[in-house]
Amino acid sequence: MAKYVPKNITGRRLSLSFKIRIYLFLVFGAISMIAPFLWMLTASLKEPGAVFAEKIWWHSWVPVSFVWENYVKAWHAVPFARFYLNSIIVVSLTTIGQVATSAMAAYAFARLRFWGREQIFFTYLATMMIPGAVTMIPVFILLRELSWIDTFKAMILPGIFTAYGTFMLRQFFLTLPKDLEDAAMIDGCSYFGIFWRILLPLSKPALATLTIFTFMGSWMNFMWPLIVMNTEDKFPLPVGLAYFQSLYNTNWTLLMAGSMMMILPILIVFIFGQRYFVEGIKLTGIKG
Amino acid sequence: MRLKRTIKENIAAYFFLLPNLTGFLVFTSIPVVASLVLSFMKWDLFSSPRWIGLDNFKLLFQDQLFWKYCWNTVYLMLAIPFSIAGSLILALALNQKIKGAVFFRTVYFLPTICSGVAIFMLWRLIYNPDFGVFNTLISKFGALVHVPLKGPEWLTDENWAKPALIIMNVWQTVGGYNMILYLAALQGVPRDLYEAAEIDGANGWQRFWAVTWPQISPTTFFIATMSIIGGFQSGFDPAYIMTGGGPNGSTTTIIYYIYNNAFKWHQMGYAASISWILFLAIFLATLTKWKIFSKVVHY
Repeated sequence: MAKYVPKNITGRRLSLSFKIRIYLFLVFGAISMIAPFLWMLTASLKEPGAVFAEKIWWHSWVPVSFVWENYVKAWHAVPFARFYLNSIIVVSLTTIGQVATSAMAAYAFARLRFWGREQIFFTYLATMMIPGAVTMIPVFILLRELSWIDTFKAMILPGIFTAYGTFMLRQFFLTLPKDLEDAAMIDGCSYFGIFWRILLPLSKPALATLTIFTFMGSWMNFMWPLIVMNTEDKFPLPVGLAYFQSLYNTNWTLLMAGSMMMILPILIVFIFGQRYFVEGIKLTGIKG
Repeated sequence: MRLKRTIKENIAAYFFLLPNLTGFLVFTSIPVVASLVLSFMKWDLFSSPRWIGLDNFKLLFQDQLFWKYCWNTVYLMLAIPFSIAGSLILALALNQKIKGAVFFRTVYFLPTICSGVAIFMLWRLIYNPDFGVFNTLISKFGALVHVPLKGPEWLTDENWAKPALIIMNVWQTVGGYNMILYLAALQGVPRDLYEAAEIDGANGWQRFWAVTWPQISPTTFFIATMSIIGGFQSGFDPAYIMTGGGPNGSTTTIIYYIYNNAFKWHQMGYAASISWILFLAIFLATLTKWKIFSKVVHY
């Protein structure tokens, strides 16, 4: 009997030189990914103006001066605190609204029989192919008619009701066994009880996925708030940052400090929740 | 009794459906119809709208700028093959049995997670002709070989602005969603196929083309079609922050042109008609996807 030799997934025994080459490649990749961020951090901590022609090459990549004042200046140059708050309000309401209404509609589509179900569901499916650019213009006109331009309603409401969220959750609900619900029904459980106490707890992975994607999309959403918002005090972070850039076009130290302030929160969320990100992406990929 | 149950179920269903359905009607399905109607009208938001039939579309086909921006959009999609190939290579490397795979995966995902306005501002600095990363490296290299080298003007040079955006896009997407999807696909390839190939004497390269590549082709197909569909609609955010659509319109994409027409020049009808051409492109891409899927993809 041949001795069992552990192999990697591609059936190959890893020789040392092969392993070293793989590592070199991966490290090279990692450096290319991180380097721009280091550059950003370093630039954000430099003396204003003077320093971009560094004599010593690595001074562009590793912070040697620490002018924290840049951050204070950037924070006060535009109402950054306000931008943060606006973003948090918009992102959380959009995410809660989308997950809640999508889950409810998905339950109806997946489990209940009602008049017009097939037709309504088909309409949902059909609109998924239509790009946001098509609806953007009429929605803007509608909001203008309602005098909702430059209000939080205009930023939040159109982002809540997506066919995609409903479709994704419906597909997930359909994969869950029905026996439990039937049993609960016989025991006199209401529809809402079934939805709340059985279906939702079983659907945590799918709900987490939708939450993450809605959160990310809403946090980075730039174009829509740019279209509907005019007042500085109501800007969410991305639009606020663009506005900041328009004021301090070449003041690089301040601009980089502002950029750092925008990516830090999302970085923290990602580092703690990265397992959910990865699982979530796999979940969306399998559905095709 | 039976009828009573049906009615009860209907009431419950509409209770669950109504919040989403209302919003869906108001913000999606009715606007789709409205947009179609609008594309046959001329309206500047201030005077009253006027029905002009197919004039918007006729104008559009003679609009040199529109075609130029279509070309820009397609050109920028050059990032897609590079990004997909890079994602696959990274996923293959990560899929070897190595320590620290989770660390590398996290690092590669950083540009995706941090994308957005902040990153575009950072890359504006990276492409700065005087003290940006690339041109510093180029002139340092020139000094090393005693030839005065000067890098391009990148974002302000009509020939270099698009390649600059493509490089940035590849950096941003290469370790992101696609790499994770590839990793999942690679882990799903049955091991005995590799063993069989090895017994037949296939080397690493042959094993990749005979086993891995056909086995992961559904994932490649999924990624490619989604990237193309996304590619048609993309390009606004980076161009708005980094180039303003310039120089000389060389980074303006279809979506940027729609934005300009609707919200800068208030040509609502014209903008709507462009958005329907965009829909047509996406629709054709999706149809092709369905048609090809059964033929190309190996299982």
